Amino acid sequence: MWRVGLVFGAVASFVSLAGLVEALHGRWVVDGVLSTGQVLLLAIPMASGWTAARRSSGSLAARVGAGLVAGATVGLCVGLLVWLRSQVDLRGMFVNASPALFQLLSGGRPPQAAWPAAVAAGGVMGLVGAAGACAPARVTRPLLVGASAALSLALFQELVLLVLQPESLAPVRDWLFVAGGGPTAQGMAAVLTLSAALAALRHASRGRAGRLALPPRAQRMAWSVVGVLLLAALPVAGGPFLAQVLVIVGLYTLMGLGLNLEVGLAGLLDLGFVAFFAIGAYTVGLLTSVGEHGIAHWSFWAAVPVAVLVSLIAGVILGIPVLGIRGDYLAIATLGFGEIVRLLVLSDALRPWLGGSQGVLAIPKPVLAGFEFSGPQHLYYLTVVASAVVAYVAWRLQDSRLGRAWMAIREDEDVAEALGINLVSVKLLAYGLGAAFAGVGGAIFAVMVGSVFPHSFQLLISIQVLALIIVGGMGSIPGVMVGSAVLIGLPELLREFGEFRFLVYGAVLVAMMLLRPEGLLPAAAQRRELRAVEEEPVELARAAVGAATEGGG
Amino acid sequence: MALLELVDLHVYYGNIHALKGVSLHVEAGEIVALLGANGAGKSTTLKTVSGLLRPRSGSVRLEGEDLTRTPPHRIVERGVVQVPEGRRVFGQLTVLENLEMGAFTRTDPQGVREDLERVFSLFPRLKERAGQVAGTLSGGEQQMLAIGRALMARPRALLMDEPSMGLAPLLVEQIFDAIQEINRQGTTILLVEQNAYMALQVAHRGYVLQTGEVVLSGPAEQLRENPEVKRAYLGG
Ligand SMILES: Nc1ncnc2c1ncn2[C@@H]1O[C@H](COP(=O)(O)OP(=O)(O)OP(=O)(O)O)[C@@H](O)[C@H]1O
Ligand SMILES: [Mg+2]
Repeated sequence: MWRVGLVFGAVASFVSLAGLVEALHGRWVVDGVLSTGQVLLLAIPMASGWTAARRSSGSLAARVGAGLVAGATVGLCVGLLVWLRSQVDLRGMFVNASPALFQLLSGGRPPQAAWPAAVAAGGVMGLVGAAGACAPARVTRPLLVGASAALSLALFQELVLLVLQPESLAPVRDWLFVAGGGPTAQGMAAVLTLSAALAALRHASRGRAGRLALPPRAQRMAWSVVGVLLLAALPVAGGPFLAQVLVIVGLYTLMGLGLNLEVGLAGLLDLGFVAFFAIGAYTVGLLTSVGEHGIAHWSFWAAVPVAVLVSLIAGVILGIPVLGIRGDYLAIATLGFGEIVRLLVLSDALRPWLGGSQGVLAIPKPVLAGFEFSGPQHLYYLTVVASAVVAYVAWRLQDSRLGRAWMAIREDEDVAEALGINLVSVKLLAYGLGAAFAGVGGAIFAVMVGSVFPHSFQLLISIQVLALIIVGGMGSIPGVMVGSAVLIGLPELLREFGEFRFLVYGAVLVAMMLLRPEGLLPAAAQRRELRAVEEEPVELARAAVGAATEGGG
Repeated sequence: MALLELVDLHVYYGNIHALKGVSLHVEAGEIVALLGANGAGKSTTLKTVSGLLRPRSGSVRLEGEDLTRTPPHRIVERGVVQVPEGRRVFGQLTVLENLEMGAFTRTDPQGVREDLERVFSLFPRLKERAGQVAGTLSGGEQQMLAIGRALMARPRALLMDEPSMGLAPLLVEQIFDAIQEINRQGTTILLVEQNAYMALQVAHRGYVLQTGEVVLSGPAEQLRENPEVKRAYLGG
C-alpha cells in the first residue's frame, strides 16, 4: 500500500508540475468553491485508496487501513513537493511550477504547515476510496455515475452554455450557472443527485425480470430511432462548434473504419495510412478547385467516386511491394509510404501541379439540388451519411467470405495459405478497400477546409487513427466510433487544455493496455457472447457452416 | 497413372540444397509414408507439393498434370491439402470456426455440412468442443482439429506432416486410427513421420529420405524388415 501510494503520489506531483492541475483550476465545478483542478488533486489519493483496498486481501479493517495509508502517502508526496519548493527553485526546471499552483497545493498555508494538512486530506480521500472499494456496487455505481455527470457538466460547461444560449432557456441557465461564471451549487447538486438516482433506479430494476415489456427487437428499434433523432438534432442544438467537432470525429471514423480493415481484420499493420486520406483530399481538390491548380472544375459528387478509386489504387500500389513483409518490417515500410506521399505533394518538382507547400486552394463546397453544404452544420450531415454507408460496407465485408479470409491471415498467414486462401488478392483487397474508406474521409476533408496543404497530412494522424482503433477495440466497428469520439472528439471539445492532449493520450493508452487491452468495445468478445446463448453445438454448427458457405458460394 | 507424382525435385533455401532430386509417387487410395531423420527434407517435400515452395527443377504432377507453376490456393482447389507441421490451429477462433476456415475453397454448402458431420464422427471430441476457442484445446485435440480442418476442404490427397509429434502414446494410437479411417473413406494420404514404427503399421508403401535424397523405398512390410530401417528408425 505504501508502494501504491508512492505511485499515485508521483502521478499527483507529475500532473501538478506538468501544469494540468493549474489549467483545470480555471474551471469551476461549483463556482467559487471547488475547481476541476482541485477535484483532480483529490481524486488521485482517492484512486490510490481504492487501488490499495482492492489489492489487499485481509479483513475489512485491513483493507480500509490500506486505503488510508495509500491515500495519506499521496498527501505526503504532495506535502513534500510543497516543502521542496520552499527550499529550491523548482521553476528553473519546471516552468509550470508557478506560485499559483503552490498556493493551490498548500491551500494557502506556509510550507511547513502544508504537509500535515496534505497528509490529512490525502488520508481522508484514501478512506473514501477504500470505502468505495469495499462497498457493494449498488451503492458505488450510482455515486460514480452522479460524480461523472457532475464532472462532465463542469468540464463541458461552455458547450452546455452554448446550448442554453437561447433567451427562452435563460431561467434554466441562470439556475444552473452563475452569470459569467461556473455552475451553481444547487445546479451541481441537482445534476449529481438526479443522475445518481437514475443510476440507482436502473441498477435496482435490472434484477427484476421483464421490467420493460418490450421485446428485444422492438427495444433495438426504439434505440435506433432515438439514436438517429439524436444524431440529427446534435448540430442544431450544439451549434457550429459542436458540429465542427463532430465532423472531425466523423472523418477520423472514416479513416478508422478503413484502417480497421487492414489492421483489425487482416492484421496488416499500416503506419502510413494518412497517405490515402491525403490522396482522397488532393484528388477532390484538383478535380473541383476553381483556383489555379484546378484541372476539371468538376462537382464534388462527380469527384468523390474518382477520389475513392484513386485511393483504392494507391492502396493496392502500396500493397504490392509489402506483400511479403510481415510484422515490424511492415510497420516501417508503410511508415515510409506515408512520408513519401507527403513529401511528394510538398515537393517543388510537382509544385506546378500540386501546389507544393501552398497546396490546392479554392475548393468549392458541395452543392446538391441547389443546396450548398456551406458550414460545419451542413457538412455534418454529409459526414454522418458517408460514415453510415462506409460502416455498413465494412460490416458486410466483415461477415463475407473475404472477411473470413482476412481473419485467417491475421491469425496465421502460412496456415491460411495452406487452406487455399489466395494471400495476394486478399491482402491487396485489404489495402485497397481500407484506402478507399480513407479516401472518402479525405474527400470530405477537402471541401470542409476548402483547401488542401501537405502539412495537414502528418504522421501524427496515422498514429491517432491507429490509437483510436486500439482504444475502441481492434476489429470492432462500433469500437471505431467510440474510439474516435473518445480520442478525437473529447480533446477537440476541451481545446483550451490542448497542450495536455498528448499527456492524457499517453496516459489513456497505457491505462487501456493495462486494464482493458481488448479495447472499449471489443469485437471478438461480443461474438463469443452471442454464441454462448446457443445451447446445442451441432445445431449451431449446421447453421453456421450452412450460412457461411451459402454466403460464400 | 499415379495420383501424385514427384519427379526429380531440386529445392533450395538460398544456397542450401534441401532436396537433391527427390522422385516418388502416390497411387490413388494409398497411404504412403515418408520417413527420415530431422532435417532430411520431409517437410520441404510436402511444402513443395503444396506449392508453398518452388522447386528449382523437377516437377510435381497431379494425375499427370503439372502443378509446379500453380499457386497454393489453386492446388488446394484441385484437392491437394496439407496439414501443417506442429498443429497450427487458429488459436483465437472456435473449433467450429476453424473447421469453417478449412472449407474456405468450397462452394457446395450441402457437401460442407456432410463433411462437418464426417469430421465430427471421426473425432467426436471436436463435436463436444465445437464452441470452444481452439487455443485452449489440448495438444491432441488441436491435432485432431488440424486434421479435421484439412478434411473440410474434401481433399483427394491429404499431406500430413508429423501428426504424432509430441503426443502421448494413447493419442498417437487414436490419430493413426483416424488416419486409417480417413483413408478407408477414400482419401489418399502422404504421411510424413519420424515415428517410423507407427507409420509403417498403417502405410501401404514407404520412402526413406536422407539429406534430401530417397535412399530406400518399398512396401511397408518390406521396410519394416529392412535391417537399415530397423537400426536407424525402429530402434533395433
Ligand atoms: N526456411 C528455411 N531456410 C533455410 N533452410 C531451411 C529452411 N527450412 C528448412 N531448411 C533446411 O532444409 C533442410 C530440410 O528441412 P525440413 O524442414 O524439410 O526437414 P524435415 O525432414 O522436415 O525435418 P524435421 O523432422 O525436423 O521436421 C534442413 O537442413 C533445414 O535446416
Ligand atoms: Mg519437418
